Amino acid sequence: MRSDYVLALADDGLIAAQRLAEWTSRAPELEEDVALANIALDTLGQARLLLSYAGELEGAGRDEDDLAYLRDEQDFRNCQLVELDNGDFAVTIVKLLCFATYQHELYSALRRSTDERLAAIAAKAVTETEYHVDHARLWTLRLGDGTPEAHQRMTAALGRIWPYTHELFETGWIEPELLAEGVAVDPATLREPWLSTVDKVLVEATLAVPDDDWAPTGGRHGVHTEVMGYLLAEMQYLHRAHPGATW
Amino acid sequence: MPGASGLLSEVAAAEAELRAAADRDRGGDGAGVAAGDELAAYFDEVVGADQKIEPRDWMPEAYRKGLVRQIAQHAHSEIIGMQPEGNWLSRAPSLARKAILLAKVQDEAGHGLYLYAAAETLGVSRAELFDKLLSGRQKYSSIFNYPTLTWADVGAIGWLVDGAAIVNQVPLCRCSYGPYARAMIRICKEESFHQRQGFDLLYTLARGTDEQRAMAQDAVDRWWYPSLAMFGPPDAESTHSTQSMAWKIKRFSNDELRQKFVDMTAQQAEVLGLNLPDEALGYDQPSGHWRYTQPDFGELMRVISGDGPCNRQRIEHRRRAHDDGAWVRDSAAAYAAKQRTRKAAA
Repeated sequence: MRSDYVLALADDGLIAAQRLAEWTSRAPELEEDVALANIALDTLGQARLLLSYAGELEGAGRDEDDLAYLRDEQDFRNCQLVELDNGDFAVTIVKLLCFATYQHELYSALRRSTDERLAAIAAKAVTETEYHVDHARLWTLRLGDGTPEAHQRMTAALGRIWPYTHELFETGWIEPELLAEGVAVDPATLREPWLSTVDKVLVEATLAVPDDDWAPTGGRHGVHTEVMGYLLAEMQYLHRAHPGATW
Repeated sequence: MPGASGLLSEVAAAEAELRAAADRDRGGDGAGVAAGDELAAYFDEVVGADQKIEPRDWMPEAYRKGLVRQIAQHAHSEIIGMQPEGNWLSRAPSLARKAILLAKVQDEAGHGLYLYAAAETLGVSRAELFDKLLSGRQKYSSIFNYPTLTWADVGAIGWLVDGAAIVNQVPLCRCSYGPYARAMIRICKEESFHQRQGFDLLYTLARGTDEQRAMAQDAVDRWWYPSLAMFGPPDAESTHSTQSMAWKIKRFSNDELRQKFVDMTAQQAEVLGLNLPDEALGYDQPSGHWRYTQPDFGELMRVISGDGPCNRQRIEHRRRAHDDGAWVRDSAAAYAAKQRTRKAAA
């Protein structure tokens, strides 16, 4: 279903925003409080456009809030990468570098989607993600090529986050017709340009792509990590406590 | 929302005056060549003529110190103020409200940045001011020591706390120190937008379910007196007033501003359909003002001296963010130093 595809992209943005917003008032510098809130606002904005569209495609009368607040964990289609705990600032930056670069490749390609609505959303999102990639890149350089402590934290963060990047490029969850009709982008085609960008940043930051043979997966099918339930419990509690209310 | 457009037009007028003053200044530079008594005379003349004192102008040491204290305290309030609202970011009940709240908390960090930059023009560093905040040598607004217990508190903060802040801050758009006046013009425009959003949030709750309406009323009940106390002690007990008035840093007394706030808010409460928790509240025809009961200034003093409900948590939170971020700032500095060396070598 086309709505499932759109929903997965929406959920990536929504859950990424939820995690990034947790940094608010906790960042290492005020400038970074502003920047992380800004990025969260961008991905939340993308999620809202996509959720509304998914609701329309589904045709069951669900709006962005019904989809964000009244679905259970098993119905969320985001990749596991975005739901992982923020960890220290190094973990957040590695997550952002991997995710923003993926989104940038995805939206660049999706601008040519045969679905005009998706193409329009992608055109808006691609300029935002360009800024996110640049922000993550600059911090990767400062932390990778700064003090030994920061370098070591970045190495640890890469080891922790990298396995979850494989899921970003899985293809199986997308219906073949959507790919054939040029509605969806085949994620497998994004891996090479993604890796080339990320690798270049890591090399410049004196960091290396970690060795890994673990590729956890499941998010696109509604199978998440254990932290997802807590994230949703917090995000949804108030909305669920007042069924049918307007906010 | 009654009363709000008047405040915004005052901000616009202050901005126009500032531009006009800047144009007049281009003619000559009176301070550059003067010395001693002439400097003091020039300072008095500029302040007397409602012109702006700029960073490179001579100024009395007490003027400089007083401004550093006031601007820093103002900046600290923006930064600590991110916490009570940030507390509801992850739980906002709709995506539209979540986006609004996120943008607002982001604005507050931005306001903190403008204000620290304005304070730095007076010869102090942000790091120094942070240190004073964390060690308790400089204060922040008492209001942020109250907890946000329900979603409606986010609306009450927008409506009442930001409302009180702009009533307080609009006159500062005309204060005698140029960098502060310019920062306040930008800040007041954004704050009045936040106040409108807070009002809108409460308006929606007040017309929602019984539970939502009760939530809104409870929040207004809890935030009303702390907001009134934001204007500081009554005039008779205020320590900084006389000199600040003479130097045109402060333009109205605490009690005058408090009255202005009550007059504006009482009308808005009627539109909201929520009660302000003051049985004595009523319009006084002859004076054209609303009568109200003064806040408990004993409580204000307890909160300012560190014993409010959240003083300890707020500072602890800021200290943890600062400490946890130390390795990040160190690495950024080390990287910048390496880059400089590389450039020099190239």
